[in-house]
Amino acid sequence: MKGVEDLLDLINRVFGRETPSKEVAKERLRLVLVHDRSSVSPQFLQSLREDLLLVISRYMDIDDRDMDVNLTTTENQVALVANIPVKRLKRFSNA
Amino acid sequence: MGEVLVVTSGKGGVGKTTTTANLGTSLAMSGNKVALVDADIGLRNLDVVMGLENRIVYDLVDVVEGFCRLKQALIKDKRMESLYLLPAAQTKDKTAVTPDQMRGLCQELRGEFDFVLIDSPAGIEQGFRNAVAGADKAIIVTTPEVAAVRDADRIIGLLEAANMRSPHLIINRMRPSMVRRGDMMDIEDMLEILAVDLLGVVPEDEQIVISTNRGEPAVLSHSSKAGEAYRDITRRLQGEVVPIQPLALDGGIFQRLRKIMGFGQN
Repeated sequence: MKGVEDLLDLINRVFGRETPSKEVAKERLRLVLVHDRSSVSPQFLQSLREDLLLVISRYMDIDDRDMDVNLTTTENQVALVANIPVKRLKRFSNA
Repeated sequence: MGEVLVVTSGKGGVGKTTTTANLGTSLAMSGNKVALVDADIGLRNLDVVMGLENRIVYDLVDVVEGFCRLKQALIKDKRMESLYLLPAAQTKDKTAVTPDQMRGLCQELRGEFDFVLIDSPAGIEQGFRNAVAGADKAIIVTTPEVAAVRDADRIIGLLEAANMRSPHLIINRMRPSMVRRGDMMDIEDMLEILAVDLLGVVPEDEQIVISTNRGEPAVLSHSSKAGEAYRDITRRLQGEVVPIQPLALDGGIFQRLRKIMGFGQN
């Protein structure tokens, strides 16, 4: 089976269908660094939380005690997931 | 007052010691008074790369513990008048020295030398913290590989947290032929990821193995491409503007001609 895969790999490469391995490396690095960087400083999420709170509060009253901000990593993406209970929206005029 | 530079990387085996030896030798060749400090206590190697392993009497730990004076422990290089090595202790471990002691040592060295280059151990533990403690600037060595870049990123984060001025990056062991066929990250890819200033790019070069075998840094040989890159970096360290030429990495016109004519490639 392995031999067949290698052969397919070779054919794909010859016809230029495979992603160059440096692109694979970059993509893997991008994902792993998002995770590494967020865990380097424990203050990272706390400070993001506080800044989010500040901006969102301009538009609505939110319940900051039940606010949940986290990074989640799946196979091929990292997402910032924030669950922020809204208590009241502010009146917003365009003027 | 001299400048203290730490050469660090996070990951082991990317070329910290080779870089320290070559930059130090090259800085001394251009007339500077240079001290090389091996901060890799317990796993010293800068002495063998410099070919000075038979001249060690005292080491860094002897100095900080006050068993000898700094001048007694500094080994004068075989070739360069103005180049000295302070070897690491081989029989102690990283905890034999504290960051405060390293700061004191760097302060003393900076009074005597134009450049002090500290060869940091791999890792992010006390050995690394000791190595960076007394430094003004950091040179990060990495290679175009996922593990090395990831560790470099971690080191950059730690240096920022320690309020060290923006680190400079050396990309080591670049292989132009692999970059050309898309199987190795190129300079731009790595700068985009790490977002630091580039100090230089050193091509993969068999001459480095030969130089290390002989204990003679590659900058001393004019046939070494890596040596040439290290000489360029040295000029940049002294404030000269030396462009990084990707074409030079591709072997230049003669090698490309040779390649076209079918005489193999680098």
